[in-house]
Amino acid sequence: MAEELNVEVVAADRQVWSGTASIVIARTPEGEIGIMPGHEPVLGLLVAGAVTVRSTSGEAVVVAVSGGFLSVSENHIAILAEQAELAGEIDTAEAEAELAAAEDDGEGARRWAQARLDVASSR
Amino acid sequence: MGAQLRELRQRIRSVESIKKITRAQELIATSRIARAQQYAEAARPYSRALVTAMEAAAERARLDNPLLEGVEEPRRSAVLVVTSDGGFAGAYSANVIRQSEALSGLLRDQGQETVPYVVGKKGVTWFRFRGRELGGDYQGFTGKPSYADARRIADDLLEAINTPTEEGGVDEIHIVSTHFRNMVTQEVRARRLFPIMVEEVPDELYHAEAGAVRGDAESQSAPAASASSSNGRGERSEVLPLYEFEPSADEVLDALLPQYAGNLVYTALLDAAASEWAARRRAMKNATDNAGELQETLTRQSNSARQAEITQEISEIVGGADALAAAGSE
Repeated sequence: MAEELNVEVVAADRQVWSGTASIVIARTPEGEIGIMPGHEPVLGLLVAGAVTVRSTSGEAVVVAVSGGFLSVSENHIAILAEQAELAGEIDTAEAEAELAAAEDDGEGARRWAQARLDVASSR
Repeated sequence: MGAQLRELRQRIRSVESIKKITRAQELIATSRIARAQQYAEAARPYSRALVTAMEAAAERARLDNPLLEGVEEPRRSAVLVVTSDGGFAGAYSANVIRQSEALSGLLRDQGQETVPYVVGKKGVTWFRFRGRELGGDYQGFTGKPSYADARRIADDLLEAINTPTEEGGVDEIHIVSTHFRNMVTQEVRARRLFPIMVEEVPDELYHAEAGAVRGDAESQSAPAASASSSNGRGERSEVLPLYEFEPSADEVLDALLPQYAGNLVYTALLDAAASEWAARRRAMKNATDNAGELQETLTRQSNSARQAEITQEISEIVGGADALAAAGSE
């Protein structure tokens, strides 16, 4: 393939994943957005949930994000979330416990816990 | 054994154990500096990407946000003071507090009230002892700050700046923290975080940095890649691509600003943590060196005391023998 996307997924305190990909699928408040090479520059909000990156080697990388941003320019995609975690890093049991604990921590914490659990169980 | 000699040996032993402790502290601090730097390094991609996004969004959005547009005459300012929880770090906390007092004085001269928000036990104790009212106090993480800590502080500050001044809110947010230049140099810096500014401010207290976007209206048409660089923006000079905003530039900017604030506080905390450990390492190294010197001096003293004792014993024996010999010959 001639073109590919340079993707970096960064959380506030670390880089979660970076590499090249053929397509990135994320969720904005207005629905899902799929980005392929050659996409126009976009700066969009993300809602808590899963971001799927199909890497050029064919594997699907699923990342749970707590919300944040997606910026696309010249085949470079940056996904910026305050919290982000690879599906493989999430412990399902722990995520369940955290969801239960997050019930009284407000909307943001609850949504993030839910997103983690969804991503973990969809593995 | 003579009393003097015993006392000297006791002191040598105690200096020795102090030296062991300070030496251990020094080694711990050295390893923590490296770790703090690693955290700062790990946070860099996020800062970089966030700043680019901010520049793009701010270029296109309306600018009536209190975080971007300052008021004509600010009346109250929040000052975030980053000190340390622990001692044994030389003048680390004292330097920050001194600088924050200087900044507060400057702001008061301009007719502003200041509300301190203090990070670190040392600072909190200092302000409490003087009966100052704190906007917020944060303790227990200065050596190893997490993003959640920064988020909490940033949320409090944002709440203050979004509250009207009449109801106890603030117009500006300043931060006084220590910047880690390298292992030997750390400098205390006072900066204004919000409203965001990029142009150099003549006040010598401010080292021009902080902020990614120009808040004034005429900069909207100018390319936003501005010079003064703190987060690795310096290398970029091309014009930003024309972004499509999803859902709209205003909404994107409104959501970006809190994340940006969190990131600013987080990087400041990490910078301060590295500086704190560096200051502690230096203080502990000096203490270790001093203990070594003291140990040497005391060892010399105890050697001469021991020698004096031996000499005295010999002269007593010789004197005794002489006396006996004199008594026997009579």
